[in-house]
Amino acid sequence: MLPDNFASLTSEQKIDARLADWISTEGKPFASPEVAELYRSRAQRYADAFRLRQPDRVPTSVVTGDFQQHVMGVTLADYFYDYPKAVGAAIGFYERFPLVDYFPFSNFQPGPVFDLLGYTLYRWPGGQLAANQGYQYVEGEYMTADEYDELIRNPEGWLLRTYWPRVMPALSGLAGFPSLLGSLELPFVPFAFSAIGSPQVTAALETLLEASRLTGQFNANMGQLIGTAMFGRGMPVTLGGFSKAPFDFLGDTLRGTRSVMMDLFRRPQKVLAAVEAITPLAVKMAVDAAVGSGVPFAFLPLHKGADGFMSDADFAKFYWPSLEATLRGIVAEGVIPMMFVEGGYNSRLAHMAEANLPAGTTGWMFDQTDMANAKKFVGSWAAIGGNVPGSLFQTGTPETMRAYVRTLMETCKPGGGFFMAPGVVLDHAREENFQAWLEAGLEYGTY
Amino acid sequence: MTQALVDAIAEMEDEEAIRLANEMIENGTSPLEILEACKGGMAIVGDRFEKGEYFVPELILAGEMLKQISEIVKPHLAAGGDTPKLGKVLLGTVTGDIHDIGKDIVHFMLEVNGFEVHDLGVDVPIGSFVDAVKADQPDVVALSGFLTLSYDAMRDTVAALSAAGVRDGIKIMIGGGTVDDQVRVFAGADAFGLNAMDAVNLAKSWTKAGVA
Repeated sequence: MLPDNFASLTSEQKIDARLADWISTEGKPFASPEVAELYRSRAQRYADAFRLRQPDRVPTSVVTGDFQQHVMGVTLADYFYDYPKAVGAAIGFYERFPLVDYFPFSNFQPGPVFDLLGYTLYRWPGGQLAANQGYQYVEGEYMTADEYDELIRNPEGWLLRTYWPRVMPALSGLAGFPSLLGSLELPFVPFAFSAIGSPQVTAALETLLEASRLTGQFNANMGQLIGTAMFGRGMPVTLGGFSKAPFDFLGDTLRGTRSVMMDLFRRPQKVLAAVEAITPLAVKMAVDAAVGSGVPFAFLPLHKGADGFMSDADFAKFYWPSLEATLRGIVAEGVIPMMFVEGGYNSRLAHMAEANLPAGTTGWMFDQTDMANAKKFVGSWAAIGGNVPGSLFQTGTPETMRAYVRTLMETCKPGGGFFMAPGVVLDHAREENFQAWLEAGLEYGTY
Repeated sequence: MTQALVDAIAEMEDEEAIRLANEMIENGTSPLEILEACKGGMAIVGDRFEKGEYFVPELILAGEMLKQISEIVKPHLAAGGDTPKLGKVLLGTVTGDIHDIGKDIVHFMLEVNGFEVHDLGVDVPIGSFVDAVKADQPDVVALSGFLTLSYDAMRDTVAALSAAGVRDGIKIMIGGGTVDDQVRVFAGADAFGLNAMDAVNLAKSWTKAGVA
């Protein structure tokens, strides 16, 4: 329950109020008082780290991607199409690795929904890919250069009527969705609803309903899994919503990588206007989901601002300002944005530090960034973690893993504000290396 | 005008570069001279990338300029008018992975630096690599992979080349967003690279030294 004066609180007070709700075990159906206490202590530990306090020990968190499937002997396609099998495998994974404290997100996805929509942006296992081929984005230009103006002027209108039909062809009828001004006067309404009643729009709406029904089937299973993890085993869920940097929304799956990079030279003003227009949508998507789920953390994977992907000047001009605005917007609603900083950010840390984001309101899961520098430039104002390489999980040994964790803890643990995590979404690992990582996190993580 | 084209490419002035290429063709400039100017411009681009002045966006735009100018010039090229090559590179993204942007940058950088490149594309079955090595007899095999699933695929591809008895005659390099020396050892490759210029430098060192 949020306090009555929530709206008038500061950002940090809002975050603390939402965290208190998240940590609280009151009125939640835990299997036993012991499980409830396990949940509470784990959630408190995580919140402490993110609020830059020193918990009892460093929390360890992992996004397991495809790893659960591989280690439990099911296929990636099973996690897209056989929900009961996926739920069973996931629960088996928690039993096999009891040191995993927090609900480990994985590539458990509603394959039938993507099939129904004819989702062209990606290929996935059990769909166009073989059973154990991981899902992948299909690079392309999904927004043409001359569509910038409409995106800038009317982003959700363009997305609804042009982009959604483009990437989900089963919804092509949305192109005919009428102007939303059509509800503003009584005589306008029949015109608007005649458009809605057209065969094409009707077909799109019926497909949306069916997609909703299929998603509900998936959610029932996901809900069962989360319920087992949280109330049966005391595992807090640490991600409530998703978003991205506005430049990544524009560059990843609207313009596509090649085109957005050339846009930096050919139409820089359009790029700037586009990321500005996307910013409030990026904020809303993160906040709505986080607030709705009761988990006040939003996950933002960062892509195209990494070292080497653009110059420092381009980062400062095109990538950072709208990302900063997005983070401030999310924080203002009392939600903590957790950035997965893919690639390296060694050249970006100093610039980030100059932004003076409010202390203890953001989290940064690094990958190839030097962690001593991350501690130095970011650690005083934000929670940091990550960095343990995917190559170490997959090609290293338990000994080299333990050594890596020990050094990382020594560098980053002091003073708190640190969480232990892989530097990648973990798709592949030798089981003994994963277990060694968990154990080393426990051994070297106490304060 | 040749120097102007070199400069336009080096300075990322793509519209100017295309305009100049068209003008030069109309004026009867030899297509080979235009391609030499492209090579000169790309050498500057590659150099600036290595120095940390240029980044992936500059490589992408440079590749786009190269592609468009090649299309302008190609119809005017006499048959057999190719310059001798430094070596032959077989390139592809390994099985299971469909990422291609990095591979495509490596492709044109190798080409513009004098290599003959046979690009097998993405999600290349292990057998296709083996068949291509047997057919092409390349000096270098370049394996690209972005996802961590590519480590196993790289290792299996290299192992298949060994089993087919063709591993000894070639040098193998791997590249992609997450490769490092641990992955190189795991895969059994000779070297790894973090970017297109690494690929060019490795290929040059191997073919110059005559070790491939």
